[in-house]
Parts: sequence; C-alpha cells; structure tokens
Amino acid sequence: MRSGELIASDRGARPAQPDDLAQAWHVLGQVMDPEVPAVSVVDLGIVRGLAWQAGHLEVVVTPTYSGCPATEVIESDIRDALVQAGFHAPRLQRRLTPAWTTDWITERGRAQLREYGIAPPDGSTSKRTLLGEAPQVLCPQCGSAHTELLSQFGSTACKALYRCCDCREPFDYFKCI
Amino acid sequence: MSIEDDLTRYLLHLGDTALIQGQRLSQWVGHAPALEEELALANVGLDLFGQARNWLDYAAERLDDGRDADALAFLRTERELRNLLLVEQPNGDYAVTMLKQFFYDAWHCQVLQGLSGSRDERIAGIAAKGFKEVTYHLRRSSEWVERLGDGTDESHARMLAALPKVWRFTVELVNADAGEQRLAAAGLIGDPATLAAAWHAKVAEVFTRATLPLPEPASAFYLNGREGLHSEHLGLLLAEMQYLPRAYPDAVW
Repeated sequence: MRSGELIASDRGARPAQPDDLAQAWHVLGQVMDPEVPAVSVVDLGIVRGLAWQAGHLEVVVTPTYSGCPATEVIESDIRDALVQAGFHAPRLQRRLTPAWTTDWITERGRAQLREYGIAPPDGSTSKRTLLGEAPQVLCPQCGSAHTELLSQFGSTACKALYRCCDCREPFDYFKCI
Repeated sequence: MSIEDDLTRYLLHLGDTALIQGQRLSQWVGHAPALEEELALANVGLDLFGQARNWLDYAAERLDDGRDADALAFLRTERELRNLLLVEQPNGDYAVTMLKQFFYDAWHCQVLQGLSGSRDERIAGIAAKGFKEVTYHLRRSSEWVERLGDGTDESHARMLAALPKVWRFTVELVNADAGEQRLAAAGLIGDPATLAAAWHAKVAEVFTRATLPLPEPASAFYLNGREGLHSEHLGLLLAEMQYLPRAYPDAVW
C-alpha cells in the first residue's frame, strides 16, 4: 500500500450496494490481459474473488507465473478500471495459493484465444500433460491437428511456439500448467 | 542457532540460487545460438527471478531490518550470498550451460516438491507455484542433455569436456547442511535424503539416454556456497548485476 492511500481510502468508504459486486465483475470483464489483449482478466481466471471489506471493494488476484512481468501492469489496470467505474480506492490482494492453472481459463477465454491466433491449452492439467506427453495442439488458423513444436517457449513464459504442417503458419500455444 | 534463523538463511539460499541462475541465463540474451533458444533461456530466467523475489520478499520480512527484496538482491556482497556454487559458474559453451541447467533443474524440482508440503503455508504456496514452472524447465534441459550427449561426435565431445567443469559443484546439491537437517526434522522443508536419491536417479536416467558416463559422486572441497564461500566468478557477476543500484542508489524505473 502506498503511503497516504489509507487516509484517502477511508474518506471514500461507503456501505455496499446490492449490485456492487455484479457491476465490479462486469468492469473487470473489460480489463484485458496486456500481453493477450483478446482475453479479459476474468476469463483468464486470475481474478479469484471480489468482496466488500470495510467500505471498499477488495479484489483477489492470482498471478499466472511467478515471474510474469505483466503482474504489476494487470494490477494497476484493474485498479484504474474500478476507480473509473466509481469504486473508490479498491484494495488488491495478491494470492499465490492455490497456484493459478490454465484450467481456470473460461470456455469464452479459450474461444477468444483461438480467435486471436493463440492455441488454447490442451484440456486440463492432467498428469499426462504435466509429465510431458505431447499435447494435442490444434492450429488456431485452420484447425488442423497436424502441428509441430518449434520451441518450448514463445513470446512470453506462458506460451510455446508451434507451426502448422498444413497451412504452414507459425502460432503461439498457451502452455498447460 | 534457532530454527527461525535456520529458516531465514534457507530462504536466502533459495532466493539467491534462483537469482544467480536467472542472471547467468540472461547473459545469453543477444548471444544465444538461435532465436528460439534465446527466448527459452530468457523465459526460464524470468520464472527464476519471479521465484527469487517471492523467497527474498519473505526473507526480508523475517529479517525485518529495513531491507526489502531489492536491497537483499542488489546490496549484499558475494560473502553474504548463499547461492549454490553450481549456478555462479560461467556459462561456457552450450554444453556447459545445459549441463548446469539440468543439474540445477533436477535439484530444484525435488526441492520445490518437498517444500510444497511445508508446515509453513507461505513456503508451501510459493513452492507449489514454482514447481509447475520448474517441471517444464527440467523437461527442457533433460532433452537438451540427451540431444547433445547422443548427438554428433562434436556435441558428444563437448558434453564430455563440460562434465568435469561442473560436476564437482554438484556435491552441494545432494548434501544438506545441519540447518537444513533441522528444518526437515521440523517439517518445514522436504527430506534431504529423498532429494539426494531422486537427484542421483534422475541424472543416471538422463545420462544413460544421453550415452554419457556417470562420474562417481562429487566430494566436498574448500568452497561452500551456503556459507558464502564462493568461487571468484560470483564477484564478477555481481559487479555487473549490482552496478546500477549501487551507482544510483535511489534510481527507480
């Protein structure tokens, strides 16, 4: 918490209204991941909970990767969006446990990833996937299952680089963790 | 020394080891043999920096002497760092880099798995998150060791030349100190004997596939990373890594 925030936030404290949480979920549904701007932080599954605490909205966020450089940007985007929507001094809480998993990406999020040109994670984080058996990765451009791994890491830590052997397009694959 | 001090020292050991390994990996940026490799090394390093921050944040809170994680990373000297000797060794060629990474990953995976069952919930949470990331690192470095060892005559010869450069530092991976034994007995970290056995088994398995000869277990010598007794390479690494925060103490970006 930055110095001075506590004083400012107390001035804006107010009791919860019946539709506050629903409205906050709606606002967060518009906040996009800065590195995958097609998917909202809600559909990415990193907003773990909203609550009204001591007159303020409290948002619980779970980072995707320990070293994800977007974590701070995402938190400040969330804060800005809520403040703009009229939530005074929302409180953000970073929670590591339970660890984020790609299983938390919603169906809508998976569809949005595909449309954006990123293959969504294959199924769930079953033992099979974690232990390294090749996932079934479909080309987000043409839908072909005839794809090959180019590199275990892509443009960010959460992605790997693949190529479609049919349409020849390279594409990012959102890794399963 | 109390168990509380043991734990703080151990958190520094974990954080420093991840930090220095991450720094070594980032030295490949701009020099890696292929763009995909450069991305991969940088991303593995990024995961490690994130984990280092989680450990050093906790260590800083426990020390409670006014230093934060940045101060611990950038304002301690080599004598105060507690990282494993293995990770401070120079990158060398790709054989040395991948062999170091593999030995480290095989250790790291076991360490985090043990820690994810820690009685300390914060440690268990950080470890469970890191474990998922490091499983992926280990898969990658195992594949590279196999590919280089069982590759061409040139790559096999490079691996044989790399092995004696790094093997002796693995002694620290399979020998816990007295503090770690106490922490394990208190249920705060995993069992060191289990870790050592699993590390040896993993190395033996991958070396067989890589057609590399398995050396005799390394024996202890006069350096000791946990105690801050480092090789000369660490000071040079820190000179580069810490230059900016030391030259401009109030710099922010």
